[in-house]
Amino acid sequence: MIEAINLNKSFGNKQVLKNFSFKFEKGKPNLIIGESGTGKSVLLKSMVGLLELDSGEVLYSGRDFLKMNFKEKKLIRKEIGMLFQGGALFDSMTIEENVVFPLSLFTDKSAEEKRERANSCLQRVNLENVNKLYPSEISGGMKKRVAIARAISMEPEYLFCDEPNSGLDPKTSILIDELINDLTYELNITTIVITHDMNSVLEIGDHIAFLYKGEKCWEGNKQEILHTDNKELNDFVYATKFLRNFKDKLK
Amino acid sequence: MKIFYHIGRYFILLSRVFSKPEKSIIYRNRFFEEVNSLGIGSLGIVAIISVFMGAVITIQAAFGFESPWIPLYAVGLATRDSIVLEFSPAIVSLILAGKVGSSIAGEIGTMRVTEQIDAMEIMGVNSAAYLILPKILAFMFILPFLIIISMFLAMIGGLVFGVLTGAVTPHQFLYGIQYDFRPYNVFYALVKVVVFAFIITSVSSYHGYYTKGGALEVGRSSTKAVVYSSIVLLFFDLLLTQLLLA
Repeated sequence: MIEAINLNKSFGNKQVLKNFSFKFEKGKPNLIIGESGTGKSVLLKSMVGLLELDSGEVLYSGRDFLKMNFKEKKLIRKEIGMLFQGGALFDSMTIEENVVFPLSLFTDKSAEEKRERANSCLQRVNLENVNKLYPSEISGGMKKRVAIARAISMEPEYLFCDEPNSGLDPKTSILIDELINDLTYELNITTIVITHDMNSVLEIGDHIAFLYKGEKCWEGNKQEILHTDNKELNDFVYATKFLRNFKDKLK
Repeated sequence: MKIFYHIGRYFILLSRVFSKPEKSIIYRNRFFEEVNSLGIGSLGIVAIISVFMGAVITIQAAFGFESPWIPLYAVGLATRDSIVLEFSPAIVSLILAGKVGSSIAGEIGTMRVTEQIDAMEIMGVNSAAYLILPKILAFMFILPFLIIISMFLAMIGGLVFGVLTGAVTPHQFLYGIQYDFRPYNVFYALVKVVVFAFIITSVSSYHGYYTKGGALEVGRSSTKAVVYSSIVLLFFDLLLTQLLLA
């Protein structure tokens, strides 16, 4: 489990995160949703230490990440897998080399064992015969799947996903969502997904926090989100005319 | 005052670059990749520039030494000293600061803006050491060899074009380049070159590593890398010349 307590982050005079607190449950996909520019990505990057928080605590199974020194942070990062918005695959390496990369640096596995592990991770995300291709030679959806394979190759405890559906068509988006959902339950990991895609919310939103202007203003699940009275959340969920009509019909 | 901020951040980056590597065998492989990419990949341009510059220096020397009081072998001697003391170590390094420096800053800068460096950090990899250390060590290792090749080719160029243009005879030129030869001058040149290699790779890596934004900023970082590494290189050229020759 990861617990965020009173997180604050400012850029100059602009406060992006305001006293954000949330318990990210183990073995479930935890979604942070909100409009663009509300601080979702800042929250995610702050939690993994890519940005420095002004104040607050981030507890990884009780261990305060922000109080750790460089070496301790390096150790805990080996328990973290992360899927970046653009995939962040190393474009000078082949797909297989991308997945093998963390294994080469942090394990003593033989070349054959590493290749086997990479293949099993790639197969798990339904990718075959792409090992020797470069990231520039595959589609956006495939890049996301390779990034997931790389993220799970070290068997992480925590999986962070920064807008996993951005730039993907609805069908591929659902595939990625299902994959993240299945892996979360299968590997019993704590997954944190940043998204503003309502399809994802309704697909895998078992535990959701709604971020509005840097503050958490709602918490619940995918069933509750459709019937909420929270005005800001309603505006976000029923942003399109189609969904507003759908809501009226539900009533 | 901003210059102190950059100097401080540069040394903080260097302290991360020279920290203990995660797995030395990975770094060893990266070292050889960089030797190939930065060093062997620059051989062509070094060869072309050296041959032509050697030829030009020889013709200019011959033009300047038209007095009957100056023996013709002085053309070879002047060409040799120009090449060994300044042309090959400093001018070729400046040209490589353009080629290698912009390539390093562009590569690392692109990795920064496409979150590849963040991805490494999340994995627990010391991205500064992984990306920059092999480049620095590889270029410090290979540049002296490139410069020795450059010296040799520049003298060949001087000989060939000097003879073809009738500026000097082969015998006089060869006598001149051997006359009063001081091996210390080559040592001085190689010491300079090792320092220049460090400056080019570390300053360019610094500009690439702290790139923020997108494609436009990557371009700006590449330009800054070339400009600042050239300025620092020239400053150290003066400093080392004073320390080693004066």
